[in-house]
Amino acid sequence: MTTNTTVAAPAGRTLTAAAPKRRQRKSSYPYWFYLPAALVYTTLFLVPTFASFFFSFTRWNLTEFTWIGMDNFVQFFSEPALLKGLTNTFIYGVVTSTLKVVLGMLLAVLLTSQIIARGYLRSVIFFPVLLSSIGVGIVFTVLMDPSRGMINEALAVVGIEGPKWLTDPAWALMSVAFVDVWKGVGLATVIFIAGIVSIPQEYFEAAKVDGASSFKSFWNITVPLARPATATVIILSLIGGLRSFDLIWAMTKGGPGFTSDVIASVIYKQYQAGFYGLSTAGNVVLFLIVTAVIVPLSMILNRKEVEA
Amino acid sequence: MNTTPKRRWPVIAGSVTAAALILTGCSAGGGESSDAKTITWLVDNTENTITYAEKLAEDFNAANPDIKVEIETRPQGGDGDNIVKTKLATGDMADVFSYNTGSLFQQINPEQNLVPLTSEPYMDNVLDSYKPVVTSGSEVYGVPVGTGSAGGVMYNKKVYEQLGLSVPKTWDEFMENSRKIKDAGIDPIIQTYQTTWTSQLFVLGDFANVAAANPTFAEDYTANKVKYATDPAAIKGFEHQEEAFKAGLFNEDFASATYAQGLEKLVNGEGAHYPILSFALPEIQVSYPDKINDLGIFPLPSDDASKNPLTVWLPGGVYLPKSTQNVEEAKKFLAFIASKEGCDSQTEAVGANGPYLVEGCDLPDDVPAAVKDMLPFFEDESKNSPALEFLSPVKGPALEQITVEVGSGIRSAKDGAALYDEDVKKQAQQLNLPGWN
Amino acid sequence: MTAALKRYGVGILAIAVTVVLFVIPLLFMALTAMKDRREANKLEFSWPTNFALIENFQEVLSARRFMLVTAFINSTILTVASVAIMVILAAMVAWVLQRRRSRWNPLINFLILSGLIIPPAVVPTIWVLQGLGLFKTLPGLILIEVAFGLSFCIMLFRAFISTIPRELDEAAVIDGCGPVRLFFRVIFPLLRSVIVTVIVVQSVAVFNDFQHPLYFLPGDANATVQLTLFNFQSQFTTAYNLLFMNILLITIPPLVMYLFFNRQIVAGMTAGAVKG
Repeated sequence: MTTNTTVAAPAGRTLTAAAPKRRQRKSSYPYWFYLPAALVYTTLFLVPTFASFFFSFTRWNLTEFTWIGMDNFVQFFSEPALLKGLTNTFIYGVVTSTLKVVLGMLLAVLLTSQIIARGYLRSVIFFPVLLSSIGVGIVFTVLMDPSRGMINEALAVVGIEGPKWLTDPAWALMSVAFVDVWKGVGLATVIFIAGIVSIPQEYFEAAKVDGASSFKSFWNITVPLARPATATVIILSLIGGLRSFDLIWAMTKGGPGFTSDVIASVIYKQYQAGFYGLSTAGNVVLFLIVTAVIVPLSMILNRKEVEA
Repeated sequence: MNTTPKRRWPVIAGSVTAAALILTGCSAGGGESSDAKTITWLVDNTENTITYAEKLAEDFNAANPDIKVEIETRPQGGDGDNIVKTKLATGDMADVFSYNTGSLFQQINPEQNLVPLTSEPYMDNVLDSYKPVVTSGSEVYGVPVGTGSAGGVMYNKKVYEQLGLSVPKTWDEFMENSRKIKDAGIDPIIQTYQTTWTSQLFVLGDFANVAAANPTFAEDYTANKVKYATDPAAIKGFEHQEEAFKAGLFNEDFASATYAQGLEKLVNGEGAHYPILSFALPEIQVSYPDKINDLGIFPLPSDDASKNPLTVWLPGGVYLPKSTQNVEEAKKFLAFIASKEGCDSQTEAVGANGPYLVEGCDLPDDVPAAVKDMLPFFEDESKNSPALEFLSPVKGPALEQITVEVGSGIRSAKDGAALYDEDVKKQAQQLNLPGWN
Repeated sequence: MTAALKRYGVGILAIAVTVVLFVIPLLFMALTAMKDRREANKLEFSWPTNFALIENFQEVLSARRFMLVTAFINSTILTVASVAIMVILAAMVAWVLQRRRSRWNPLINFLILSGLIIPPAVVPTIWVLQGLGLFKTLPGLILIEVAFGLSFCIMLFRAFISTIPRELDEAAVIDGCGPVRLFFRVIFPLLRSVIVTVIVVQSVAVFNDFQHPLYFLPGDANATVQLTLFNFQSQFTTAYNLLFMNILLITIPPLVMYLFFNRQIVAGMTAGAVKG
């Protein structure tokens, strides 16, 4: 039951008896299996990416470039929207991934338990995953319209004056985050379901025999044993959240003003404006930030799991 | 690999079909054979542009049966700018393409990417006042498509009639009118910040006033000698927007309203003034043909009643990239666009929404009332000035976000102007302009 | 008694909540797509007084010389081909990566993670594609989608491969299986449920992708479905009925695919393929 999401392969450890034999049988796992994927990945991803890293040290208008050293990075960090963007990026990443983990886990438990209409619930929660971000963005911009939108009209019926979801600086980012969760929780749920289903039923049966409450078996069996799934959801949704761009762009374009800007949207605006060197520098910075968060995190998630 | 069994693996079977599909996809893309040459024309994807582009293509083909023009589209705004730049940089541009003039034109490296048209015979048809905005170095690179337009206050004439108001010549009169309109229960000034670019008109449309107060502003601005935040005339645009917001003269839903909704409000008389570009006229003509003549336009007023000039926008250009294989055919098409037949074809498709910049192109008598309001300004050079983006290559990308903040009370006018000065610096450096490093 | 209460009570509560949160927005979308322009622009949640479903459908379909039809064909080819390639290549990498420990693993893991983190470098990528003669071709875009989708697939596959006991491999090897047979005959079938998940998720991602097609497969003849939405968004700014009709239409293929695979996801999971 050891599943790792990143770095190193602990599965070998659990099978100590098999370890010495493995040496002779290396050919069962030939390196050339990497080859086709590596070919595509190197040509179309790594090479262009490294080329672009070079341009982050230049002022570049696509046809010609001048070497300007670290100026782009200095410029990037002096962007007026950057500090706001940086804070927003972390808020957005943490809020969306926390909600996806918590709600996804709860929904998965619900959907693997004996309740009615499981098929309907599973489908309807997963359905938004199938929609495109642009489509979802358009629909929710309409629904969240402060005066004519359905959400506020519905709230008005019960006597609540809804906030100006997307146009109030205090709400804009959170509103997009909610929609992100709405759209993404189905995927998290599916991953959790897969994790929960793979827990041997005997554990739950044993717990039942011992008279454990369902909360107890959730907390003591489901949560620890679904850790690989949790790790996957955390990593994927946090990366998604830190890099998130399309929904924000479709719904607020970072606005009103700069209030819901995240790093990715700052970079995109620079790119749009034709500051190609500067926006590549931004990409390098974003890459470093996300790596700095994700790599240690995945190591921690991984280590705990090995100990468990 | 031949040990791979075939049964049980629908995915593998799927990949075989996929491979077959790739092949068919390949061969489907390649087929093209006939005597008629086809040239491609890349335009933006607004309904208005596509309508006149298709009409131009059709009429050109009628006159030149051996050349067919195929329309390709790209998004507008920043995404569109990127597509154009990417296509030019990778040698993948259509045979001819439409793009902005002025500051955005300067950013696509005309000298490197475009074929000069200076000595083409049809350039004689193009009015001299247009040529500077499609000139880089000593060469001219484009012909105009579409009409000149204005950035000013579009207003509902019915509302003005009802309330007995007259067109304001100064900012104070404008505010006075607005207050009266508010008392009558109508939104005095429409703002639509969901469509962010519309927020810039207080600043961009005020430029004729800046130029009137300081005739060398554009030049000095390019040379980094004047700033929006410190020039008393230039900061007015930001201040006026702030003042109008603080006076509560905007429609209540200004933050979430869209451009389309703004036009609707104006046409229906729910709002009286809408600072906007006259590009809006063809859209209004499509959506509300019976109400087009209820609308008029006047310049954004300054404090000086004696001048009151209009800020004008020059039409976009059609350019010939160096990468094209069909230079002769493409030039014939450019000649058609820059001819009276070309203008007539556009007028027939979308109506005339301002003066053409091509010799011999007349406007029909039944132009919309707002166009009639604009024409006197166009005819007298002292009564108009091109917008700053046609006079200086320096234009910051973040102005629309800044004006949204100023117009929503998130940022003060002074801060906004200063932030914009900061914003243009990147652009100037990117263009390697002297005086900015 | 309490079990029944839980079964029905929680179930009914869940149904109510999902109706409000999920069904109503989707219904709103569908209803708006059926209205005429004027009514749709009121943005109300109401039954259409004037059904314009057929007219809207025709208008969206025929816009820009039936661009949507071309787009559907292109997107289908793109999705099927790239996901098929992605699944096989990623499963091969994930299997070896999970099973065989080497000092290269940290580097490989890092590269995989980079694929999730780094956004595409548009212009250099176009240069590479041009060099290969693949720019503006569907195969070129397919390979791009594969390159950018690999990381996610490998991560999911590896997580699930680690639940497959190594004894299985060893038994197969003793039976005389070579690596190719071992992988395609023994491991690949065991991955069925995760393959279904990957297919669903990646098909949706590829089908809904709009940035890559925008840059790497330009031209209206090459449009993919998301690009039609992008185009219509600016063309139909004042026609929510057409915009929503477009969204509705381009949602149908992923939906069909989901309905098709839905049972298999459940079946694959209950079969305990990942239980080990």
